[in-house]
Parts: sequence; C-alpha cells; structure tokens
Amino acid sequence: MIEWVHPGLIFVVAALILPLFNTALQKIGLLLVPIAAILSVAVMTTGTYGEFNFANVFLVIGKVDKLTLVFAWVFTFMAFIGSLYSLHIKETSQHVAAYLYIGSALGVVFAGDWFTLLVSWELMAFASAYLVFASRAEAATKAGFRYLLVHVTGGVMLFGGIVLHGLETGSFIFGPLTTESGQWGGLAFTLVLVSFLLNAAVPPLNAWLTDAYPEATVTGAVFLSAFTTKTAVYVLIRTFPGTEILVGLGVAMALYGVIYAVLENDCRRLLGYHIVSQVGYMVAGVGIGTEIALNGSSSHAFSHIIYKGLLFMGAGAVIQMTGRRKLTELGGLYRTMPWTVFLYMIGAFAISAFPFFSGFVSKSMVIAAAAGDGRAATVLLLTVASSGTFLHTGLKLPYYMFFGKDCGLRPSDPPLNMLLAMGIAAILCIGIGVFPNLLYALLPYQVDFVPYTAAHITGSLSILMFTAVGFVLLLKYLDPENTVSLDTDWFYRKGARLFMWFAENPVSWWEKIISNLSDTVILRLLARTARDSLNIDIKGVDAIVNGVAHAALRLGATARRLQTGIVTHYAAAMIFGLFVCITFYSLIWLE
Amino acid sequence: MISKLVGFFGDAKFSRLRRRTLITVLLVIVVADFLVARDHGEFFWDDLPLWWAVFGFLSCVVIIIVSKAIGHQGRIMRDEDYYD
Repeated sequence: MIEWVHPGLIFVVAALILPLFNTALQKIGLLLVPIAAILSVAVMTTGTYGEFNFANVFLVIGKVDKLTLVFAWVFTFMAFIGSLYSLHIKETSQHVAAYLYIGSALGVVFAGDWFTLLVSWELMAFASAYLVFASRAEAATKAGFRYLLVHVTGGVMLFGGIVLHGLETGSFIFGPLTTESGQWGGLAFTLVLVSFLLNAAVPPLNAWLTDAYPEATVTGAVFLSAFTTKTAVYVLIRTFPGTEILVGLGVAMALYGVIYAVLENDCRRLLGYHIVSQVGYMVAGVGIGTEIALNGSSSHAFSHIIYKGLLFMGAGAVIQMTGRRKLTELGGLYRTMPWTVFLYMIGAFAISAFPFFSGFVSKSMVIAAAAGDGRAATVLLLTVASSGTFLHTGLKLPYYMFFGKDCGLRPSDPPLNMLLAMGIAAILCIGIGVFPNLLYALLPYQVDFVPYTAAHITGSLSILMFTAVGFVLLLKYLDPENTVSLDTDWFYRKGARLFMWFAENPVSWWEKIISNLSDTVILRLLARTARDSLNIDIKGVDAIVNGVAHAALRLGATARRLQTGIVTHYAAAMIFGLFVCITFYSLIWLE
Repeated sequence: MISKLVGFFGDAKFSRLRRRTLITVLLVIVVADFLVARDHGEFFWDDLPLWWAVFGFLSCVVIIIVSKAIGHQGRIMRDEDYYD
C-alpha cells in the first residue's frame, strides 16, 4: 500500500501521457485524473513525505499540515470543475498545459523546501503562459510574452532571495521569513516578498494579471483565475504572517481593483480587477497575522477560487457563444441564456458576500479579524470594497452583459459540460455558505467565529441592497465606455517602446557616427600608416638589409680574390702578421 | 422556471413590480436592522442601526464618482487603440 501520493505528480504524469490517447479516452481521463487527485487528498494525513537528498540539498516534496490541505482540497476541486468545463476542447496541448499548471501549483502547496518551491513556481509560470498563447490572437501572443517576462523576472528575484536566505541561515527548509517586530527584513526578505507580491498581483505589480487573463482562451482563463494568485496567498501565509506592510497593501489593492472595475469595458478584465480586489482581503489577513486572520485568508482563498471560477466560466460562456467580450457590444442575452445568467448570479452573490453564499462566511472572517485587532480604518475601507464588489460583479457586469440595451444577439446557453461545471461550482458556493462548518473544519486554526448573527445578516444586507439603490440611481453614469484603462503595464509597454526608440535612434545614431568616423578618419589614417610603413619597409628596412647583404657579398668577392691558392703567399702573409703582432705587443710592454 | 425567474429581472413588463419588490426588501432590511440584538461591539457604529445602510449607499456613490473622475480627469481612460 502506497503511503502517500503527491496529487501534483498525478497531474504532471497525466499531462505527459495524455497526448498518447485518442480524444474519447482523453475525455475520460480529464475527469478521472482530478478525481484521483481529490481522493489522494482525501486519504492524506498530516506529516512529511517524499524527503530525499539531491546534490547535498535536502528536498521535501510533501510537507502536509492543515494549511496545505485547505489549498490541496480547493485546487483539486477546481481542477475537476475546470476540466469538466474544458471537456469539449479538442486541442490536447491546452489540456496538457492546464494539467502541468495545476500540478506545479500543487507542487508549491506541498513544497517543504525552497528549491522544490522554486522549480514548481517556474513551471507554473510557463505552463500558465501557454493558456494565454493558446488563444492564438496577435493581442494574446503579445500579452502572453509580457506575462512571461514579468513572471520570469519575479522568478529570478525569488531565486536570488532563496540563495541569499540559504547563505545567511544555512537552511533551505521552507518556512517563515518574518522578522520578530513584523517590520521589514534584509535583502533576502525583500526579494522573496516582492516576488510573492508580484504573483499575488499586488499593485503596482498587478498589471500582468489584468493584461493577460482576458486574452487567454475561454477555458484557460478559468484555470488562470484560480491558481497563480492563490498559490501566492498560500506562500505569503507560510512566510510572512504578521508583516505589517501587507495590511496597507491588501486594503489598497482591494480598493484599486474596485476603482479600475468601474472604468472597464472588457468583461473578463473587469473580473480580473476583482481578483485583485478580492486577493486584497487575503493579503490584508496575512498582514494582520492573528489566528482568525490567517483562517480568514485561507477560507477566503477557498471560497474565492470557486466563485471566481464560476464568474469566469459565466463570462467565458458568453464569449464562447457570442464571440464578443466588450460590455458595449453585449446586452439582452438573458432571453436565450437563462441558465448562464442564473449560475453566474450565484457566483456574483457569493463574491458579494450575500448571506448563505460562500463569500459571506469567509470574507467576514477577515473583516472580523481586523475589527478584533482594533483596526477601524481597515474595517471601513474593506467594507467600501465590498460595496464595490457587488456594484460591479453583481450589478454592473450582469446588467450590461445579460440585461440592459439589447445587442440583438440570440445565443443559446453553452454546451452541457460547461453548464454542469458551472452548476457544480454554484452548488459549492451555496453549500459553503449554508454549511460553513464544513469549510471551517479544514482551516489551520481552531475556529470560534460565528458568521450568522442577526446583526451581521442585516448589516451585510443593508450594505448590499443600499449599494443596489446607488446603482439604480446612478445607472446612467455607469454606462461602459469604449476605452482602455492605463495601468502599471504602461511602464513596460511604453517603456519597451522607449527602449526600442532608444535602440533605433540614439544607439543607432551613435553606431552610425562611429562607423562614419572609422570609414573616413580612422580607415584613411590606417591606410596612410600602412602605406608609410610599407615605404619604411621598402626604403628603410629593406634598404638596410639589402645594403648589408650587398656589402657582405662584395667583401666576400674581395676576400675570394685574396685566396690565391699559392702556399708561399699564405706563408708570407702569416710572417707579416706575426711581425705586426710582435711589434705591437713589444711596444705596449716596453712602455 | 429558471427562464421565468431570469425573465422577471429582464422583461420590461415587470419593471413596476421589480421596483416595488426592491422597496419592500429595503424596508424589511431597515426595520430588521432596528430590531436585531446587538452585542456591544468593537466600534461605535456596531451599536447604530442604519449605519451600514448609509455607509453602503455612500460607498457606492463615492466609488462611482471617484473612479470616473480618476478615469476621465486623471487621463486613465484612453482610446482602445492607445497601445497599437
């Protein structure tokens, strides 16, 4: 009996063998694999599994505690829902990418050491980017490359942070980096935190999300909405609980998403801004760092994955059936897409935190944590964001997409598999809302929070229904406009142009000047120097060499003439020489 | 049944009924907010009925006005071909 199976590994192995089967078998596999993964989580007990030593680094691919299990449950549930939703897709590569993406996200959740985390983190970036590229439009390809570049940058920062942390502490065991005071730490702390904040889409590092997700395939966006930001929330809970700056950042991003959602015309980009907004509650919860706050972040991540998946499935169904994505071009679809409207609205009530829907039991936990910590401003600002959430996801988007001005299209509801997937997500949204203790039992800490008090119910309904009053009164100011909103991706989209302009203008001018200079001045100078040195060579060096040779030749000829061959001549010469020597030395010695 | 439910929110013939339903729901919530038991909470507003109704309405209005102001006056909203 195998003691433990890594659910992420199930997806990765399935991704590798999926292309070997025909479409019919693939469809069966697409449903069975997530079920196998859910079962592997169901039988799992807390503990440490899959430890081994790789090149003197101690790797742990299966560290399981209660927090791990919360995310493992919801990731595998969402994998099943997403697979069912994309069952009709015949392009195997999209399924492979989705499975690798889910598998690597689970790899992060189970990682017990920083290296396993890093490898899973990088694989997640590449696999998810494919879901953007797969829609094949030019805009998608461009957005996909931007997405990839941003995430690779984040990955490099994480790598740097991990190496520095390892050098400082001598350990690669994945665990908290928080400083005792909850304040900012050193360089390793900063690099890891920033790379996590990037994946959590915390402004100003948020734009990759709202840039890329709306360009992904209809089914790909459903997976994207679930995993990347929530693995980031998971690692933040693990490493940075109680880091004070996260409270401010979380509140800011909750409002940031709401403000941009007012301006947005693309239905899935609007939902993307509400991922930013909702993840803000989770990030703030991590920053508060108390047990109830971390419970709130975990449970809100759980609820959020399901209802946001449902909302993306609803918007995706509209895009699939109409081919349109802008609110200005949609409207009046409720007549022929009633099931889509109905199921979408369940997701909308869940994200807006209506009583008896999932958001109510999880979001309120974060707000209660802020109140319990005496943070009045955090409570009020997060409540403003709640009002904005209902305003956009529950009122504006469905109004302009399904009701409002009739766009004249009469599309039917999407295929059955898509509706069933939405139906399962909807059941979960209501199930969690009605039976919150099922979710609370999974949470890392003991829960003694009661969501259903009379005052909480009337208070929440007051906020929501009076938001609806504001919507009705100000409807004419909310009409979507045919515009794009500048976000922080402006810096690298326009920045890349500046870079290209810089390369094409100043750099290329400089290059031209240098090459002109070398053509005119330097080359001529070189040619002249070469000519001169040739002259020196010919007239100087050669002349000397030749002169010496000629002289030696002449001397040889003269010497040759001296060789008469007659012995008496030689004897006379020797005697003459001897005479000269004797005279010379006797003169010296006589001195 | 689902078609009828969804149709209630879309069809023009129900618009008066929709308005009446909304007003009824609002009244029920307001009355209930006065009647519910309140434990003494963390902040002063936890003891105030109607606080969240006013807060929710004002939040909605402020979000719309501030966002549109940022979008238009802050030059955040641009033509669709801005990046092309």
